[in-house]
Amino acid sequence: MRYAYFPGCSAASTGISFTLSASYVAKRIGLELVEMPDWCCCGTSAALVTSRDLAHALPARSLALAEQAGLDLDVVTPCAGCFSSLKRTVHYARQSDKNRHRLEEIIELPYAATADVMSLLEVMARPEAMEPLAAAITKSLNGLRVASYYGCALVRPQEVTCFDDPEDPQSMDSLMELAGAEPVRWAFKTECCGASHQISEPHGARRLIARVFENAAANGAEAIAVACPLCMLNLDMREAGINESRAVPFDIPVFYFTELLGLAMGGSARRLGIDRHFWPTGKAVRKALAPPPEPSPDNHSTSELPQEVTVA
Amino acid sequence: MPVNEAPTASAATAATAATAATAFEPTILAFCCHWCTYSGADLAGLNRMSYPANVRVLRVPCSGRVNPQFVLTALNKGCDGVLVCGCHPGDCHYVSGNYFARRRLMAFKRLLEFTGLEPERFQVRWISGSEAGKFRDTVIEVCDQIRALGPYRSGVSDDVSLNG
Amino acid sequence: MSRIGVFICHCGSNIGATVDVPKVVEAARTLPHVVYADDNKYTCSDPGQQSIRDAIEEHDLDRIVIASCSPRMHELTFRKMLHQTRINPYLLEIANIREQCSWVHKDIEAGTAKAIDLVRMAAAKIDRDTPLYTTTIPVNKRALVIGGGIAGMQAALDIADAGYPVTLVEKEPSLGGKMVMLDKTFPTMDCSACICTPKMAEVGTHPRIEVRTCAEVEKVAGYVGNFEVTIREAPKHVDYELCTGCGLCESKCPTKITSEFDQGLGKRKAIYKPFAQAVPSKPTIDAAHCRKINEGKCGVCEKLCPTGAIRFDDEEKRSTETYGAIIVAIGYQLIDWADLYGEYGGRVASPNVITGLQFERLVNASGPTEGHIQRPSDGTEPKSVVIVKCVGSRDPHKGKAYCSRACCMYGAKHAHQYLDKVPDGRCYVFYMDVRTPGKGYDEFYMNTQRDGAVYLRGRVSKIYEQGGKLVCLGEDTLAGATVQVEADLVVLETAMVPADDADRLGSMLGVTRDKDLWLSEAHPKLRPVETNSGGVYLAGTCQGPKDIPDTVAQASAAAMKVCILFSKDELESNAMIAGSDVGLCNGCGACVAICPYQAVTLEEVTRRENSVMVTRTVSNVNPGLCQGCGACTVACKPGAMDLKGFSDEQIMREVEALCL
Repeated sequence: MRYAYFPGCSAASTGISFTLSASYVAKRIGLELVEMPDWCCCGTSAALVTSRDLAHALPARSLALAEQAGLDLDVVTPCAGCFSSLKRTVHYARQSDKNRHRLEEIIELPYAATADVMSLLEVMARPEAMEPLAAAITKSLNGLRVASYYGCALVRPQEVTCFDDPEDPQSMDSLMELAGAEPVRWAFKTECCGASHQISEPHGARRLIARVFENAAANGAEAIAVACPLCMLNLDMREAGINESRAVPFDIPVFYFTELLGLAMGGSARRLGIDRHFWPTGKAVRKALAPPPEPSPDNHSTSELPQEVTVA
Repeated sequence: MPVNEAPTASAATAATAATAATAFEPTILAFCCHWCTYSGADLAGLNRMSYPANVRVLRVPCSGRVNPQFVLTALNKGCDGVLVCGCHPGDCHYVSGNYFARRRLMAFKRLLEFTGLEPERFQVRWISGSEAGKFRDTVIEVCDQIRALGPYRSGVSDDVSLNG
Repeated sequence: MSRIGVFICHCGSNIGATVDVPKVVEAARTLPHVVYADDNKYTCSDPGQQSIRDAIEEHDLDRIVIASCSPRMHELTFRKMLHQTRINPYLLEIANIREQCSWVHKDIEAGTAKAIDLVRMAAAKIDRDTPLYTTTIPVNKRALVIGGGIAGMQAALDIADAGYPVTLVEKEPSLGGKMVMLDKTFPTMDCSACICTPKMAEVGTHPRIEVRTCAEVEKVAGYVGNFEVTIREAPKHVDYELCTGCGLCESKCPTKITSEFDQGLGKRKAIYKPFAQAVPSKPTIDAAHCRKINEGKCGVCEKLCPTGAIRFDDEEKRSTETYGAIIVAIGYQLIDWADLYGEYGGRVASPNVITGLQFERLVNASGPTEGHIQRPSDGTEPKSVVIVKCVGSRDPHKGKAYCSRACCMYGAKHAHQYLDKVPDGRCYVFYMDVRTPGKGYDEFYMNTQRDGAVYLRGRVSKIYEQGGKLVCLGEDTLAGATVQVEADLVVLETAMVPADDADRLGSMLGVTRDKDLWLSEAHPKLRPVETNSGGVYLAGTCQGPKDIPDTVAQASAAAMKVCILFSKDELESNAMIAGSDVGLCNGCGACVAICPYQAVTLEEVTRRENSVMVTRTVSNVNPGLCQGCGACTVACKPGAMDLKGFSDEQIMREVEALCL
């Protein structure tokens, strides 16, 4: 497993825990990430509202430079926003040669669009990563009830992302299950967390965050797992603020899915960056790492049809 | 006895119309399907619409009946242009005939153009039984185009050999 | 050597005014093989026709060209006239010198020249005409109706009442289709069972209707008047000759299975009638779930049956019979919304998100809850209901682009029924548009609003469970705001889509399917119940979404078409059809693929070629099916296929005659 790595702007700042935990997990499962040369900001939603060409050109530049450097690898990026921008660019470039030539003209570099773009989540949910993951996981997360939160950009639009179900995705849930956590069935897996409106429309946007916590809490989640630095920042940083106006406050820590995988591999909270969160994680981490309870005897019924037996 | 030994008058009778002894008047053959375009042409008559007399309608049951061979023969034997008309795609009386006609004749048209035929000389149009006006307009348009091109002198095969 | 007669018509002054008719006659006389040419004031009149008949005798003509009005006008008239002569009616060509010449050209010179060209083309073509003969096809006056819903039953009853025997094939164990599942019918709110079950009983007891349940059409061969149909009947495991329908077996059967009839909301036994008023009123064993058949244990029904009618070893039956006409009335099914609408919960949706048809069973007095509206999850009465219309309809991105036509009305009906049964309940209807064309329909919708139903114009974007409620997020486009409604029960009014069988039956019967796989009528306005296959007619929703009144009307129309067909003893086949030259055919099958009527088949022939007997595959045209379009002639590479009346040679002669 060897991929070109597009860290994204948050990797060394707000998303540092993602970087720390992802590199910890990657090292243990033999996932080699080669940082792309001279990569630049993907443009994210800000570029998209400015100019469609700009939104395609910024990722195209990074991708083209990697091609030029002979980095003949598919690209992986941890950030959902970067993934969305890069993936959209590749999709656009592959739609027609006309599109591709237009990009080449703008970035003044040849761009063949041969490399695929994947999110870190997609890479880790692939069978070739699941296998070493299973081997590297030494501790069970002890049935910690984890609500996997994919956010809006990882699975949509489906014709571009070509990854998982856009309404009820399962890949992160299966990783959590692998780590011994109990995936929570809930309704807000792919609802927007309102990240891009937090500055301009804080009141409406906070409501979006609250909804996510509300539904997670209603379904008994003890933790939320995310795969996007912006979702993380938004949920983790603002949970306290939201609680100010609530009679019953939420107490759900937010983790990167890689942090939880790292914990299950025996990584320390400090090494994985868990100690850098805003909302306290201690309770959840303690539950996850507590010694497993005695296995209960297997007594579930095997009958498939509800049958009423009356002997004639 | 072959038909063309008949002792009647000159080539392209239309062109000999006395009123314009010198001006060129093309002979245009129009294959019209019985169910749509032929009835559209009848309707044009019923409405006393007027169009040039250069066009000769040949009735076929369906545009899907038109064999490219017919078109080649017409062009080789002295027609200045050929028009094939049928029901609008999707409205074929025989379900799918005009779809086959469209695919076949479009490929054939490109082949003819490749050999040097002017695109205007072979055209395919869809005219329904109610579109008398469209029939008249089509005939006028095609006639004007071919009149401007002048007579089609040689067969396609001759053109090819000239190029070679 | 042919002897052609040419007759030029003046049509009063219609032709004569812009075409110099005597000049055309002169020109015609000089054409090859023309032995006679004359003009006539009105050729189509009796004296005009008589003069043609006289000329045929006098000049020993063997084929004629008439230059007159359009062949679409009088071709049949002149063919009939030739019937009274010794000339074959197909040895006639008409040069259209009125509609396509005299009426559209003002210049006499040009008009006359064109008329001469047209006559010359017609004469050249007729020189190669051959006599054509129609054959007669006997009409087998028995009808097959496929599908025993309201459309199939209505059609079967109408045909049987007209005096013809009918076989009605139904896939399920009982007649009734979807209509009998419904509770009430809009806009009059008469009970569906009360008006549907009498029809079922009438069909079941009609002396001229044979009902075959658990049966499917397996194979169809032949053509109009003579369809050979193979019907497969699944084993019922009950001898209907002996069974009295007492119901003892059903009451004692120990196995309970989810009821298909109750849309998964109720249970049935392994030996069962789908519902109490089923026709035939006798049970069937569901072999997939019967313990005796699967495990060899149980057999309670056999032990208890007073008449010994149980047959565990019953086998599938196949029979092939001949029918003159077929009516397809296979109805519709509801779109599988769970696959398409993940935002409503998809495959893991709450059990309290139900379809309109499930609501019909819930509200039905003979349904699983005896007509009490209850939440499937916990049996409580919902105090708040959200009805979502256009689920799968008018949604080209996820479902179908078309409108399912009946949902606006049955959505209003559901709102009305809910508010009627739960007076303190709240009902919200999310809609895109309200479409209520029909007698009494809009009044019904307005009344539903007066009942208290809240209509919200917008789509629902998400339905999820939280705190025991279903939260529906949507939009009110009239208020320009997003809305959130908490409901106890959500009813999805889902799109009608073609039955699973539509594609298979359509290709078997040669009936085309439209882009959504609905079976296609021959003409959307003027031939709404006929299909492109002669003798095959459509009734009800297999042709497209419609409500019950339209379905019944169409069923009666289809029955009428069958009766018209059966009013004749024999049908005359088209004479101008395709034919294949066995000697030239190489059996490539291009003609088979291109024929829209499945009239061309490949068959093996053994014949002497170069003094050796060889067996080859060649194409064969069925004269009962061929409609004479000629598509196959162009597809034929070796040139074996030709169209009578419009042969390659005839058209080439015409082309050459023009290019002289």
